Amino acid sequence: MHSIYSYIIVMAVVTYLIRALPLTLIRKEIKSPFVKSFLYYVPYATLAAMTFPAILHASDYMVASICGFVTAVVLSLKNKSLLTVAVSSCAVVFVVELIMYH
Amino acid sequence: MKSFDYFKKGMKDAIPICLGYMAVSFAFGIQASEAGLSVLQATCMSLMNVTSAGQFSSLELIMNQATFAEMALLQFIINLRYMLMSAALSQKLSTKTGTLHRMGIAYGVTDEIFGVSALVKGELKPAYSYGLIITSVVGWVFGTFMGAFAGQIMPQRLISCLGLAIYGMFLAIILPEAKVKKPVMAVVISAMVMSTVFTYTPVLKSISSGFRIIIVTVVVAALASVFAPVVETEGGQESA
Repeated sequence: MHSIYSYIIVMAVVTYLIRALPLTLIRKEIKSPFVKSFLYYVPYATLAAMTFPAILHASDYMVASICGFVTAVVLSLKNKSLLTVAVSSCAVVFVVELIMYH
Repeated sequence: MKSFDYFKKGMKDAIPICLGYMAVSFAFGIQASEAGLSVLQATCMSLMNVTSAGQFSSLELIMNQATFAEMALLQFIINLRYMLMSAALSQKLSTKTGTLHRMGIAYGVTDEIFGVSALVKGELKPAYSYGLIITSVVGWVFGTFMGAFAGQIMPQRLISCLGLAIYGMFLAIILPEAKVKKPVMAVVISAMVMSTVFTYTPVLKSISSGFRIIIVTVVVAALASVFAPVVETEGGQESA
């Protein structure tokens, strides 16, 4: 049984090392095209995998979640800000749940 | 400009980040308190980590009493992107920038802060970075505190809809780039399809969500690197 604070410290140390090591140590450019490409694609793959299908279960009702997902996709493709997209998809879910499951 | 002017400019430029972070970290605070974290623990985690994806994904591992190695590996894979950002920022700094400043700037390497820092014309000044970081982290920590604190007395209907905030933000980070770059779009769609297969297929669905994300990320990003390697152009990276 680990304490929650010890998990927080493990997370913080790993995350900080990832952020600090390149900034402090790597002064030369990364040469390998594969490594460069891999690192370039990582955030897109990670965030996409985390978002879908988890977003379908993010609210209490899947129909509402799907409406929120569609809203987020449309607004993101229109280059709306993070705040606009996040708040709008929440608002759509709120309204759909209110209408359908009052 | 003096250092303090850079600092003030950084604080001002980060206001949109601060607002966005508050919405998302509010949702995190709620989820963290549902996962059994106290208000202080949730706030502490936000202050020490400042990483949305990493923090959200950690909750399931904490609830399941995962090993420290699992937690470390999950954070490493999910936050690996910060390595690239950190490496890119090291090229934006003056070569005279000392190690202490580099260590300070490293604390605030997030998708959004990196996005603003990388777009600065010319050299990146440490004072400017500190301004960005302070405004952003205040939003991140305050939002977490409010979410964890008020989440317990919030109506279920409101909690339910706020669950969408983090995913909305993720889509807003990845889709604008995917729209203009076909390989990125292919990566996004492949990752979503593969993640769906892993979530619902018998046997595969027994893999924990953390490792599912790790497997999908490594496979999809590696395939993309083979079939559409990124070529360096002036002013940034372009996929071929």
